[in-house]
Amino acid sequence: MEKVYELENIYKTYKNEGKEFTALKDVSLSVNEGEIFGIIGMSGAGKSTLVRTLNRLEDVTKGSVKFYGQDLAALKPRELRNVRHSISMIFQSFNLLNQRTVIENVEQPLRIAKKPKKERRDTAREMLKVVGLEEKENVYPSRLSGGQRQRVAIARALASEPKVLLCDEATSALDPKITGEILDLLKAINKERKLTIIIITHEMSVVEKICDRVAIIDDGKLAEIGPVADVFSRPSSKAAKKLVFPSNPFDPSDPEGRLIRLVFDGLKASEPFIADLVEKTGKKVNILSANTRSVGGIGYGQMILELPKDKDDQETVISFFRERGLSVTEVEHE
Amino acid sequence: MSDYIIEAIKNGIVETLEMTFVSAILAYAIGMPAGIILYATSRGRLMENRAVNIILGFIVNVMRSLPFLILLVLLIPFTRLVTGSSIGTVASMVPLTVGTIPIVARMVEASLCEVQPGIIEAAVSMGASPLYVILHFIIPEATPSLLQGAAINTATVLGYSAMAGVIGGGGLGAIALQYGYYRYQKEVLWTTVTLLVIMVMLIQEAGIILAKKKRK
Repeated sequence: MEKVYELENIYKTYKNEGKEFTALKDVSLSVNEGEIFGIIGMSGAGKSTLVRTLNRLEDVTKGSVKFYGQDLAALKPRELRNVRHSISMIFQSFNLLNQRTVIENVEQPLRIAKKPKKERRDTAREMLKVVGLEEKENVYPSRLSGGQRQRVAIARALASEPKVLLCDEATSALDPKITGEILDLLKAINKERKLTIIIITHEMSVVEKICDRVAIIDDGKLAEIGPVADVFSRPSSKAAKKLVFPSNPFDPSDPEGRLIRLVFDGLKASEPFIADLVEKTGKKVNILSANTRSVGGIGYGQMILELPKDKDDQETVISFFRERGLSVTEVEHE
Repeated sequence: MSDYIIEAIKNGIVETLEMTFVSAILAYAIGMPAGIILYATSRGRLMENRAVNIILGFIVNVMRSLPFLILLVLLIPFTRLVTGSSIGTVASMVPLTVGTIPIVARMVEASLCEVQPGIIEAAVSMGASPLYVILHFIIPEATPSLLQGAAINTATVLGYSAMAGVIGGGGLGAIALQYGYYRYQKEVLWTTVTLLVIMVMLIQEAGIILAKKKRK
């Protein structure tokens, strides 16, 4: 599989009035052609800086960012501008020109690439059709809703026929329903056009819905990377656990009680294993939190359980679940 | 009011409008590029250049801090060099233009600064060159604000043109001064002042309407 991006040990340090701030620390990762790659982290984790190194809106302080094997840092200004025609970007605030109509906005990247007028118009119309806004070509962006504006931005991003689409919190300003529609559109574009998409977000639900692989960024460092289903069902880093697991379960009846977390995929969700546990072992557990979500079309569930007081009973319960193929992890008290 | 004064006022209106619009256009021809350079070379902007920014900023600040009346007098030799005379309507266009350039420059700079950084970032990410970003993204986005600024500047030039009357410039200002003030003809003074006020208001209103029409 061809690599779209290869990031090797990148660092980014800002200097401001004598103070240094390191936004990215030793991040290495690669993005494969045709995949939807998620980059998730809390705000301030460095994910926005990371995505800006991918089209060199930000220069890296150390390390290298390779786009199809080409080191971006080595490019001269003109070469960099040419490469940027292949790397489109959409933003949280859409960033459309308010003084230009929808179609003029979509034509912008083609104007920059000095395409002839007729070709610009035709391509722009085609792109508006892709995003379902062909009726709105002569409307000004201020007359559109947030979701429609982001569609225009997507049409604009596609117009230059890019090899990769960077999405910087592209759905964060939209409500859940519109977010879903935009994500479906991105997924469809990914499938039909074989377009590699990189999504920056702070919302786990976005990653679960459309990403193939995910990287978790915490405090400027790469905390975890892997297929979304793996990271979701077996998060190993603290940052990943924080994102994946609910943050506010009920308080356990005994403040010192031992807690475990169960994660099961859709196949096992149909088994009444808590009832089985009580029936087969006679041991009781207290459910502190339970939820389900869909990751890449597969349902996943998870529970936080408080175990019985007796040590032997605890082991019985844990081995009962393990035997049934559920993932069991210890939960530390906050 | 006698007929010749009414005639003089009519001429004064034409002269004032001539002085105002010609000077404002000339001031924009020089002040707008200066404002764009001030904007583009400032810190963190597309063509950051400390030396250019500091030098140009210094010149603009010095010119702007000179009271217009002093500038009028200081520029007399230069005016004579350019127009061959230091009195009259054409001659007063020189100090009017020079005095307005720094105001235009700062106003243009302020309007451009209002453009959302995100739009610039989007343009750069599309592979636009700095010059392209300024001409095709920043200036179009700032147009409503630039128009509003232009109305304010034109009204300022109109005010200055009245002052040019002191050193022998033409227009309504000169009439107000000569007939109204020196000869105690109060009705002339008030007529001219009222006309000046109406003209300022019209320019201001036109600017607002134009900006509104442009703001999509």
